Amino acid sequence: MITTNNNGSTKHKGKLIIVEGCDGSGKSTQLHLLKCWLEQQHYPVFFTEWNSSELVKKSTKRAKKRNLLTPTTFSLIHASDFADRYEKMIWPHLKAGYLVLADRYVYTAYARDIARGCDPKWVRNVYDFAIRPDLALYFQAPLEVSIDRIISGRAELKYYEAGMDLGLNPDPVESFKLFQGIIKQQYDRMIDLEGLQVMDATENIEVQQRQLRAMVSQQISKDFHPPIHKKYLSCTLGGNNNGTTV
Amino acid sequence: MERQFKYYGQGIPYFKGKTYTGTLIVIEGADCSGRSMQVYLLRNWLEAQGHAVSDIGLSRSNLIGDAIQTAKEGNTLEKKTLSLLYATDFADQLENKILPALKAGFVVLADRYIFTLMARDMARGASQAWLKKLFGFAPVPDLIFYLQVDPQVLLYRALEKYGTLDYWESGMDLSLSNDMFESFQIYQSLIAKHFDAMAADYGFKILDGDENPVSIQEQMRQDIKQYLDESRLMVGATK
Repeated sequence: MITTNNNGSTKHKGKLIIVEGCDGSGKSTQLHLLKCWLEQQHYPVFFTEWNSSELVKKSTKRAKKRNLLTPTTFSLIHASDFADRYEKMIWPHLKAGYLVLADRYVYTAYARDIARGCDPKWVRNVYDFAIRPDLALYFQAPLEVSIDRIISGRAELKYYEAGMDLGLNPDPVESFKLFQGIIKQQYDRMIDLEGLQVMDATENIEVQQRQLRAMVSQQISKDFHPPIHKKYLSCTLGGNNNGTTV
Repeated sequence: MERQFKYYGQGIPYFKGKTYTGTLIVIEGADCSGRSMQVYLLRNWLEAQGHAVSDIGLSRSNLIGDAIQTAKEGNTLEKKTLSLLYATDFADQLENKILPALKAGFVVLADRYIFTLMARDMARGASQAWLKKLFGFAPVPDLIFYLQVDPQVLLYRALEKYGTLDYWESGMDLSLSNDMFESFQIYQSLIAKHFDAMAADYGFKILDGDENPVSIQEQMRQDIKQYLDESRLMVGATK
């Protein structure tokens, strides 16, 4: 049952579903399909993605372009971006009772920052204000698969994306492969450490989506009955979450 | 003299330099406590004696300075975001300016350090434990001066300097009072309380900031001279 308790700052009525995985694992596609399905059922849904804070993103972009970042500032600038979205969007939506869908969450920072050489305990402390997701999915794929998806669809790899700042290999493609390998190791370790649920990202898209929807039905929507369910939740015609049939 | 870097926490694991030949001197204190003038006077004095000096102030980095400014203008900053933006800015200046200067043998005069950030965040409800870990990458300075100024005196100085009270320096984002004058007093007292509490923990040299700047400067010079003499860094004292 959903309680109407509104006063405790740690209490919230919503649910948080997050997806994680290496670049090219197909997690964004799956989350998008999940979002469509939830909206069709008239759930109040809010979507947010990594590195998208209006306030911080411009600085990050410029810093990346000019290779200005060290592992510590790389970590902190992304933490600032996350905090801005968390405090302004994620948390208020959870308080209000939304299903919040996040494309990447703190685990992305754990994996990347630790791969870059930051202290693991330090990184976890930075993000300790973030609540645990109700469902954390890790789209696991063999390294070759995700690497192939990225490299074949991209003219050129970016400096930090390829992990060039780690000095692993002067060739961006080789560096990317090594870097993704370290990140995958970090993710694999987090399955037990953080309770990430594994999705087989080599399955075809429809199969994965069926599994995902079944998991969400069982673990999330079964006990999720927001009071605003099926009410008209947009100030305009044709809002995403409207309760009328479109 | 070569010194080992000491950190408040785990340090910077990937940073190769373990030792430095410079000196890190921190000057902390509220806005209008007279920090900048003291830094200016110290710089002249140290340079006259042949020391290479680098002065570094908070929130002057080009990495994130714009974002902080934009956010402050629109008053659209939540607490953790504010903490982390300032921490990013500090880390940027630490790694790109302070550490290289220390390694190159400069006397670094830091116009504020992590303590200002910690005091501000604690006044906004952040836990000291979280902040201590967050700033675990900061090296322990050689000397830390704290210009302690009575909040009442700060109020007069702020009004004299700007004519008005600043939104953020008055802690208006904390909703302590609708009245800016009152808010300034409560907020600055809070900040002072957190500074005072840190003084013993972190070994601040407390200076009476209500005094006139010349005698404060004299005191600082004495302490610095003593420190440099002891570490045999004064000109002519090295081998």
